[in-house]
Amino acid sequence: MNYRDLPGFVSVKEAFGETTVTIEREQIREACARAREDGFTFLADIVTTDYLGWGDKGVSGYIGSAAGRDLNHPSTQGYQALPQLKPKRFSLSYHLLAMEQPARRVRLQCWLDEGDPVQSVVGVWPTADWHEREQFDLMGVVFDGHPNLERLLMPEDWEGHPLRKDYPIGGEPVRFSDAE
Amino acid sequence: MTVASETTAGSMRDWPIVFPPPYEGSRIPKRVPTILDVPPALVGSDDILRINFGPNHPSTHGVLRLILDLDGEQVVGLNAVIGYLHTGFEKTMEQKTWWKCVTYPERIDYVGYQNAELVFVLAVEQLLSLEVPEKATWMRMLLCELNRIHSHLVFLATSALELGAISMFWYCFRERETILDLYEMVTGARMHTRYFQVGGLAEDIPDGFYDECRKFVEWMPHALDDYLALLDRNAIWLERTKGVGKLSADDAIALGQSGPNLRASGVDWDLRRDQPYLAYEQVDFRVPVYAGGDVYDRYRVRMDEMAESTRIVDQCLRRLERLQGRPWIADDRKVVLPPREELHTSMESLIHHFKLVTEGFRVPEGEIYVAIESPRGESGCYLVSDGGPKPWRVHFRAPSFAALEATATCTHHALIADLIAIVGSLDAVMGDTDR
Repeated sequence: MNYRDLPGFVSVKEAFGETTVTIEREQIREACARAREDGFTFLADIVTTDYLGWGDKGVSGYIGSAAGRDLNHPSTQGYQALPQLKPKRFSLSYHLLAMEQPARRVRLQCWLDEGDPVQSVVGVWPTADWHEREQFDLMGVVFDGHPNLERLLMPEDWEGHPLRKDYPIGGEPVRFSDAE
Repeated sequence: MTVASETTAGSMRDWPIVFPPPYEGSRIPKRVPTILDVPPALVGSDDILRINFGPNHPSTHGVLRLILDLDGEQVVGLNAVIGYLHTGFEKTMEQKTWWKCVTYPERIDYVGYQNAELVFVLAVEQLLSLEVPEKATWMRMLLCELNRIHSHLVFLATSALELGAISMFWYCFRERETILDLYEMVTGARMHTRYFQVGGLAEDIPDGFYDECRKFVEWMPHALDDYLALLDRNAIWLERTKGVGKLSADDAIALGQSGPNLRASGVDWDLRRDQPYLAYEQVDFRVPVYAGGDVYDRYRVRMDEMAESTRIVDQCLRRLERLQGRPWIADDRKVVLPPREELHTSMESLIHHFKLVTEGFRVPEGEIYVAIESPRGESGCYLVSDGGPKPWRVHFRAPSFAALEATATCTHHALIADLIAIVGSLDAVMGDTDR
């Protein structure tokens, strides 16, 4: 398959033995539908990554970041080299598998900022139902056209999206439903 | 209901749902693929009884909650609710250094723990482009296949128990105990071993393990005969499993089913053979495939897989016996802890040890998705590294998560007693589902 023919094609990259195809956010559903027609019948996974604060630690050594180096906390000494900047805050990856000999795998990826809607691919692969609900729940990605976009893993009245980088860790108040 | 989902409520209706999928005879529910809706003729009828099945029910294998609409004994509506065991493993792992993270995956899928550990370690090694010694590769295969047998034994024991075959439980747990003893001998722990390190194994294989393991390999076929004798001509078992909970091949693929569930629906697909990792291309094994797609075939696939796994363990043993005295972990001092005895004499080893333990090793920037065939199917690990000593993002593709998506499709007009058999046959581990 020539990935350049996919609708909304932006770029293709080979790294660590894997192919990553970047697609325009607005056309991710068309691209997925085309990929499915092309043999990628199996959707393995949908995963969002939050790149908020990516590379903010600065490089280690004498060139520190604005906050300086914190030697009292191991592993905060900064990077050996600054990681490559990302175009937007979130990446959304679709891991596809074509059940052929030999097996083919590809990662379709689109980039979005907070609040940008993405078209749902439930119509392409029904298994996307829960995967999209999980990403909505934990990362706050809104899937347009999902038939039942509700929280999946967190309680339905939970506030915030725990896997985002700006979600605080620790010190969460524990609520007891009977104690008003 | 959250703010974000309210904003989407308007746009949900005008989406052209392209169900049914472009093949004939799909049984996937049309409105929402994972929810079985009550037929329109029965909506509002007094005959419909809505009950909560779980989350604390002994036959849901943990904390699965099913909201059922019953018409007499028939299940006409089903909505599976998960998340009761969500512990935020992915978030936790972002706070730990790479080598501390190894303990977490095995607690996610706590029945197929060794395979869960393997997928994470393999992903990190692929990012590091680290070569693993031959002995470690074969030992990993051996332990993963033992773990597969262990997982299928737990499946067989519990699902037979739920259908009333109590003695199966004792027979299966007899062999499971032997496997756990083998684990204890090698790793010091019966479950959640943390025996796989990035780069190889944590310790060398102890003396006497091969003999004990060989005893197990010789015994296991007899044990399988025992199970078959108890179940396979048992009229009640056959009545309860044959033709129940059918899932077609197309539906199984569309619903992301993998592993034994997929192979029971007639799809000949096994990552160990079709996308080999470790040294699976060097061992001889058969991939059992059954075409019925019912509970009985899911049970048969797992029975046959146990026999095949025993064969793989046997081949691994033969190979490992020839690798006595060889290194079991890579010799990359930037990633792997130096040998203990060197710490007394070598300043450099001491520095490496200190740096690895306090700061951890750095993994090159990049993202990776590695998938293996765990006892439950395609178990995947997605990692993002920013070049630092902690993962930026960890995500697991949980096969149980996908398996439970098929509950509604399999439960088409099943009886409530069959539902127990169906949920059991999908072999979901709730820790894996909820992560």
